[in-house]
Formats: sequence, structure tokens, C-alpha cells
Amino acid sequence: MSTSLAPVTGAPRSRQRFGRFEQYTQIGVTALLLVIMLIVGRLLYPNFTSGQAIFDLLGKNVFLIPLAIGMTFVILSGGIDLSVGAVMALGSVIAASLLQAGWSAVLVIPIVLLAASTLGLVVGIMISRFEIQPFIATLAAMFLARGLCLVITDRSIAIDNSFFQSMNLAHINLWEQETVNLRGKVRITDVYTTPSVLIAMALLLVAFIVLHYSRFGRTVYAVGGNEPSSRLMGLRVDRTKVSVYVISAFCAGIAGLLFAFYTASGDPVAGIGYELNAIAAVVIGGTLLSGGSGYVLGSMLGVLVLATIYAYKEFDGDLNTGWTRVMIGVLVLFFIVLQRFIVTRRRR
Amino acid sequence: MKKLTSHRLLWPAVVLIALLLANLLWNHSFFDITLRDGNLYGAPVDILRRAAPIVLVALGMTLVIATRGIDLSVGAVAAISGSWASMYIISSADGASVSVVLTAVGVALLMALIAGAWNGFLVSVLGIQPIVATLVLMVAGRGLAQVITDEKILYPDNSPAYKLIGGGYLLAVPFSILLAGGIFALTAVLTRKTALGTLIESVGVNPEASRLAGVRARPIIFLAYVFSGLCAGIAGLMLTSNSTSADPNSIGLFIELDAILAVVIGGTSLAGGRFSLAGTLIGAFIIETMDAFVVIAISARSTDVFKACVVIIVCLLQSSRVRAWLLNVLRWGRTPTRTHHEPPPPTASKDLQIPSPIATDPATDTTNGSETTNGSDTKTVKATS
Repeated sequence: MSTSLAPVTGAPRSRQRFGRFEQYTQIGVTALLLVIMLIVGRLLYPNFTSGQAIFDLLGKNVFLIPLAIGMTFVILSGGIDLSVGAVMALGSVIAASLLQAGWSAVLVIPIVLLAASTLGLVVGIMISRFEIQPFIATLAAMFLARGLCLVITDRSIAIDNSFFQSMNLAHINLWEQETVNLRGKVRITDVYTTPSVLIAMALLLVAFIVLHYSRFGRTVYAVGGNEPSSRLMGLRVDRTKVSVYVISAFCAGIAGLLFAFYTASGDPVAGIGYELNAIAAVVIGGTLLSGGSGYVLGSMLGVLVLATIYAYKEFDGDLNTGWTRVMIGVLVLFFIVLQRFIVTRRRR
Repeated sequence: MKKLTSHRLLWPAVVLIALLLANLLWNHSFFDITLRDGNLYGAPVDILRRAAPIVLVALGMTLVIATRGIDLSVGAVAAISGSWASMYIISSADGASVSVVLTAVGVALLMALIAGAWNGFLVSVLGIQPIVATLVLMVAGRGLAQVITDEKILYPDNSPAYKLIGGGYLLAVPFSILLAGGIFALTAVLTRKTALGTLIESVGVNPEASRLAGVRARPIIFLAYVFSGLCAGIAGLMLTSNSTSADPNSIGLFIELDAILAVVIGGTSLAGGRFSLAGTLIGAFIIETMDAFVVIAISARSTDVFKACVVIIVCLLQSSRVRAWLLNVLRWGRTPTRTHHEPPPPTASKDLQIPSPIATDPATDTTNGSETTNGSDTKTVKATS
């Protein structure tokens, strides 16, 4: 790519000396936090950072990655999307019910993605054309998606389609590792990841390239940074705003498919509160909630931080689930306050 | 002035009456209220009772929204107060004694107050966007409730005194209705008979101008969140004592959405400023009546879809672009394609576009009585242009 398309969010050249440091402050804090959390985990539980445990951080929260990616687009553009958890559930339910009716996976997967994107399109049009606040429009979409789930089915549907089953069971072996179990026996096991993780990573790569090296990506940043200015500059603000909600819903559809792969079922009450997790991941990853500044890779770090918190809970069975939520809340608060300070410093 | 207020509540009231009539069509004994064991029973009483917690939460939400804020944490605050009170009553030896219940209620409400003050602090002192600031407590609060109850589902059924709050009767009327009604009346008096309501509105309409006029926004915004927290706390007590169970994961789940919906249906704009407590009350009733109707006429599973459609329709009706478009349709009896395909103009030209058909016809107000606030909208535009 040419130099004119260098990564965005940079401070003006006159402040480059400070800006260079400042623009990575938050992402640096997040990375540092992740490392500290992993070290603490290792001190508490010996196998916490063994190879497989690290890959499980991704593997067990794989559907959170697309949600966080989509949410990054929306928040960068200055909006918010509260419907992603419900759209994810809708995706898994549509997939499960169509597969149950005997449709083939080749048809079902595009249908799920199309249905999710259509919902995103409706939301985007409501927000950009009719000037309804993003949060209330996506709230309505959340009700709608969750309601449609319940209309389709009020209980979880198991999936016995061969393709979905194979995605559920598939392991991609990476290398062999010696592990010591509780009784002191040494065993050689394979460290593996799943195809779902690879799909999520591919999506992340695409999102990274789109956001940082495409005209559309720069427009997203511009709209989030200052909407009237970007309108006056002749950027296609409305089209961009519609697009980010379509992207978010599309990502939620992918998350729904990954969820269906992971659980081999479609669950109408899946992902309640996942919109909050996605927002938390984006905030922890250093994206400004007012829009215009942040990195999709930061959101990935945010997902890893959340995954590490969940891993604490998994390694210590006595830990109350409530504490994981409190921890996430405290982290979100910490990063929001950090954002406040960074923004006020930038303005000076 | 009187005409204006009747205008603002006209449409919510019409919708409510229509829904009640629809219920009557499906269930001919819908309005039958019977007196059994000296207590009132019947579908309308049930609707009022189920609406009571929503009314409470929506009251607090109305004031918060009027200050240009939003409180997403009400469900979590309800979970905290409800589960704490239940936990205390269960673990105490004599759950039936009034003093135990009073202590439980008192401490639970204190927690709700602290939660509200926390939100208020984040918004008014630290200046964090309301949606984000309350999101923190929305995530963490339910976690705290889980910690309080140790992840168990509690059954505080050993205390008739506690059950009174949500499920009991006083003077033949469900106590929760009286409680919600009393708090509603108190709030209405405090905001409308004192300057408080006007101050809240001024902060919401234009924070900068009200600051210049000498209104101190910070304590007002802070108080709005404290009040919202308190209302949510009481709602939490109601919900747990009515169902005699406290599951921190489900107490008040999605009640924030119902409350926001009630406020929006009631005609209070999400952009802040003018608020209508009576509108909120009607909004809450509409939600419960609609739920009752959907359950009878279609199925309990499709209530969420209906709620979503109502939110979308109400929001579209509040949007100025849709109003302008509807107005054109009403005036010329056909859809002018121009409004469909026009490139999205900058706001300035959009504002100028609205008055053009009206400016030519002075009789708009009488012919288009259905457009509730359009009259005032266009007047201001005319004055500026």
C-alpha cells in the first residue's frame, strides 16, 4: 500500500513526538494487563499458560471475536450496537431449524449470513436515514431478533448435520507437548486449535486490512471523529453508517454460525449479555467510545483479556461467576476513565 | 397550555384505549373486576399490578432521560436490592417479624441509593457519557447480585410481611399499585409544583444555556440518577417479593428496555428536555396491556416481536424526516417521490424543506390535527427562516 494510506488515528505531524507515544498508550496498557493476568494465572495455577490453555482462551470464546470485530466498526463510526448477542442467537437458531428441516449446510450458511445482514441493513437505514439514535434502533433490533428466536423455537435445537458436526469435532494439531498431570505422570499430547478459530482469525485479518488500508476504513474513522466535517468533505456518511451496521450484523451472523459449530445446537436464549461483552472487549482494547479512534487488533486483545477472566473461573471451580462480571465491570470502568484522561490531554 | 398537554398525551391515550378494546374483543369478561375475600381481582388489576415495577423504573428513567441521560443499570440495581433483601430475610431466624423485613428493605434501598449515586458520580462529576457510565454497573451489578446470593436461587417465602410489597393487598387493592401510585404522585408534585421539573428540563434542553442562566446542572443530574437507582431498588423488592424467588440472573432482566420503551411511548424525547410523567405512566400501561393482548390473541412467545415493532413505529413517528414525509403524503394524497430519492442533505437544508408546504397553507393546524407536535415544530422553523 502506498504511504498515503498509512494507519489512521495519527495525531497531526506537529504533535507526532508525543502522539506516537500517546496513540498506543491504551493498547499498550491492555497488552501489559493481559501479560500480568497471564503471569498471575500461572502463579496461581501451574497449567494456566501451558500451550493448550493459551489456545483454549481463543477456542472457548471464539464467537466473541466476530462480535467484537463488528462492534469495533460500529463504535469507531460513533455508534453502538446492542443487538449483536440477539442476532448471534438468531443466526444459530435459523441454522439449527433449517438443518433440522433437512436443508444442506451449503444453503444454510449463506441464508444465515444474509438474514443477519438484512437485519443490519434495516437498523442502519433507521439510524442514518431516519436519524433514530443508534442505541434505541439497535435495542429494537435486539427485541426483534430475540423475539424471532422465540417465535422459531422456545427450546434449544440439536444439530446433527454432518458438516456442523465435523466442525464441532475438528482439531487442527499444531505441535506435541509434554504435560504433567496432578499425579505427576508425564504425557505427550497434541496442542490443537479449531477451524472456528481460523475463521475468526481470517475475519480479523480482513477487518484489519479494511479498517487501516481501505478508503471505506478511513471514512469510518472520519465519520466517527467528526460527522459534520466528514459530510462537508463530501464523504458518503450515510452509506458508511449503514455499512457499519450491516458489517456488525454480518459478523454477528458469523458468530451465530461459530456458536452453532461450538455447541452443535441453536439456542434461542444464547448470548444474553454478549453485547456487553463485545462492548467491553472493544473498550478494553482501547477504542474510544465516542468514536474515531482505536484498533481492531486492540479489540482482539480485549477478547483475550475477557477470555483470561473466564479462564480464572474455569481453573478455580470455587470462584463465584459473579466475580467474573464484577471484574469485567471494573476493567471497563478503568479503561473508560483512562480514556477520559487521554482525551482531555489530547485536547490541550 | 391546557390544549398543549392534552395534545401531547392524545396519541398514547388513544393507543391505550384501542388496546383495551382489542382485549375486550378477544376476552369479553376482560373488564370484570370481582371482589374475592375482600380483595380485588380481575384482568385490569393484574395489568396494573404487573405494570407497577415498570412504572417505578420508568419514573426514574424519565427524569434521567430528561437530563439527556440514560440509565441502563436499573435491571442490575433491581437485582442487587431484591436479592439482598431476600437473602437477609431467609438467613434471619425470624423472617416473619416486621423489624427484620424493615431492616432488609432499608439496607436494600440504601444499596440502590449508593448504586444510583455511583452512576450520578460517573456522569455528573467525571463527565462520562451516560450510556457508558451506566453500562459498567449493568455488567458489574448483576455480578454483585450473584455474589450476594452465592449463585443460588432464593425463596423468601417465610415472610408474609415481605410478600406484602409485591404480592399483598392493602384496603382491597394490591399494595404494589398503591406504592407505585404514591411514588408517582410524590414525584409529580415534586417536579411540577416546585421548580425542580423546570430545572431538569432546562438542563436537558440546553446544558450550556442553563449553566449561563445560573442553573447548577451537576447536582440536578446527580439527583436524577440517585432517584432512578432508588426507584429501581424498590422495583427489585417488588419483583422478588411477588414471585417469592430471587434469581440474580433474572430479576429485572430487560426491565431497562421496558422502562425506556414506556418513556418513549409516553412522548418524552430521548434527546432530553421536556418530559411527561403522565405519558410515562400511560406508556407503562400500554406495554402491559399489549403483552396481555398478545398473550391472549397470538402467543406468549411473540411478545418481544410486538414490542420491537412498537419501538420501531414510535421512534419512526418521532423522527422529523418521517413526519415531514407523512405530512407531504397527507397534504397531496400521494407520495412525492422527491423525498424518497433526494440525496441526504445537510441538516440546514432539511430544516428549510419542512415549512415550504405549510407556509403556503395557514390552515395546517386544523387539517392536520393528527401530527401532534408538528404545529409547534413548523412555527419555530418559520420564525428562524
